Amino acid sequence: MLQVENLTVYYQTLKGQVRALENASFTLADGEIMGLAGESGCGKTTLGHSLIHLSPPMTHIGGRVLLNGQELPLTDMQKMDAYRFNEISIIPQYAMNALNPIRKIGPMTEELLRAKKADVRTVMAALKDRLEMVKLPQEVLNLYPIELSGGMKQRMVMVLSTLLDPELLIADEITSALDVASQKAVAEMLVEFRNQHCCNSVIFITHDISILYQIADSILIMYAGQLAEKGSTETIIRNPRHPYTRMLISALPEIGVRYSEKRLTGIPGKTPLLLHPPQGCRFRERCPLAFEKCAEVPPFVEIEPGHSVACWKEGSADA
Amino acid sequence: MRKYFGRKLVIYLLTFFLAVTIDWLIPRFMPGDPVANMLARVSVNSTAASVMQEYYTHLFGLDLPLWQQYLNFWANLLRGDLGISAYLFPKPVTQVLMNAIPYDVALLLPAILLSWLAGNNFGAVAARSKWLDNTVSPIGYILTATPYMWLGILLAWFFGIILDVFPIAGAYSFSLSPTLSWKFIGDVLLHWFLPFFSLFMVQFGGWAIGMRNMIIYELEADYSHYLEALGAPRSLIRRYAFNNAVLPQLSGLALQLGVIVAGALVTEVVFSYPGIGYLLLAAIQNQDYFLIQGCFLFIIIGVLLANFVIDIVYVLVDPRTRRGMTGEAA
Repeated sequence: MLQVENLTVYYQTLKGQVRALENASFTLADGEIMGLAGESGCGKTTLGHSLIHLSPPMTHIGGRVLLNGQELPLTDMQKMDAYRFNEISIIPQYAMNALNPIRKIGPMTEELLRAKKADVRTVMAALKDRLEMVKLPQEVLNLYPIELSGGMKQRMVMVLSTLLDPELLIADEITSALDVASQKAVAEMLVEFRNQHCCNSVIFITHDISILYQIADSILIMYAGQLAEKGSTETIIRNPRHPYTRMLISALPEIGVRYSEKRLTGIPGKTPLLLHPPQGCRFRERCPLAFEKCAEVPPFVEIEPGHSVACWKEGSADA
Repeated sequence: MRKYFGRKLVIYLLTFFLAVTIDWLIPRFMPGDPVANMLARVSVNSTAASVMQEYYTHLFGLDLPLWQQYLNFWANLLRGDLGISAYLFPKPVTQVLMNAIPYDVALLLPAILLSWLAGNNFGAVAARSKWLDNTVSPIGYILTATPYMWLGILLAWFFGIILDVFPIAGAYSFSLSPTLSWKFIGDVLLHWFLPFFSLFMVQFGGWAIGMRNMIIYELEADYSHYLEALGAPRSLIRRYAFNNAVLPQLSGLALQLGVIVAGALVTEVVFSYPGIGYLLLAAIQNQDYFLIQGCFLFIIIGVLLANFVIDIVYVLVDPRTRRGMTGEAA
């Protein structure tokens, strides 16, 4: 179980602090696959990375993260190494380039495991089964990364990242660079990994809400560095409460609707720059429901069990 | 694999042919001719001079048409005959070269290899220490921008004249004759050090800076970030970065070889070190066609051989070149 409490992470730049993540609080249950969605630049990747490798220019401003009740030493690079790979792991956005190009995959894996002081023999045996799960031939271990296709490399990194059965897996845009058929296959493999306990909970970062509908148990929507809404997948898709989520969902194409007759609507306006973000609710500028109260930051409150929203309209409606 | 090396071999042979042809041409573009130059050093009356002129011109084969001289040159070259030196008449060029080559090998091989090894390792260390980076990198830039002979002159002046700890000319003292004694070997080493050191330092600066930049680049590569995110120890990440960064340095070594040979030339001239470079200068000053050809031939063979070796090493260490090879064969 992962608990994130008021996590705030800024980027230190020459021009000042970029407020990429502010007051993020949420929990992730055992075995939960949580989709983390939002427009690009909204802080999804910042949130994902700050859980495993909070390095400069990222700066930890406040808040804490608990994994199974233990607080993570987020800012202590050395102490955090004990958690990395073992407890928390990541499939990076750049999975296609994540492997050392001049080392064969098998020996590289062994070196990494030995360096992490893992039980090399047991894990290498388990590796064989994992490769089967993602439909990679055993021979890949004798190949160099360049000898694999992009999709194969992606799956190889997926296997590698989850070798030590981490409690938390951060999958950062792992479907973004793939064609639709491979997207589905990779997403299903990830669910299979969870089911086979190759990893416990998963944070699945994407900007593709339709893929989340297929695999995620819950969805967390972010907007401009702040959490907008979190709920079960059904709730977010069928009954979104935050105006941003509603507009995001309504912007998705639906089966059976002909868009030559009905134009697909987007969200007018653009995301604010986070160097000097607007006061109060950051969505205010683009929100059709905005009123005076939105000049204050809306709290991220639970409006029903497992469903939280950061919007004054919702908060006040229930209060 | 065979196809790859077969193709490489053809390219090298073609390069050799062209380089040797140019090597044959260049001395003949010089104004004047070797025989006149030889005779200018002896004072004889004009009738004797014209007889000698005729005799030597015939002896060196310079009375033949150019195309025939060229063909004869190749025919002799393939038999291992480089002709007779006009400057050191009547010594055969091969013998003159054989006397000089040991000095060159002893000077160049350690300078090239040690500076490459030391520069790369040092650059890798500098890349991860801010303090070293700030102090030593500027020195590296200055060193690599220094002309070989200028550094040579500075070293000769400082260590030879001011401190008077190293001799500044020759390969060994004039008072000694070559024997296999400790005294002689020590004397040779003492004479060897300054030319070696001046070549070493200039090269060292270049390698250190190249490696520093490459390491910084590799540490920012995706595979390094991935290992960091997985909490791999710094030693593993640095080792991988080093292994990747050293590859361009290898091809850089191949490229630098030609430059080093030229650098050795001026260094040998500065220290009057009796290697090929020193010989080449004397040959040019005396318009000795055959000795010039021989010196250049040695440089050509050296550079081509070194490049060929590095081609092979590259195939062994970089899987990507191997893939390129199978791609070509398919």
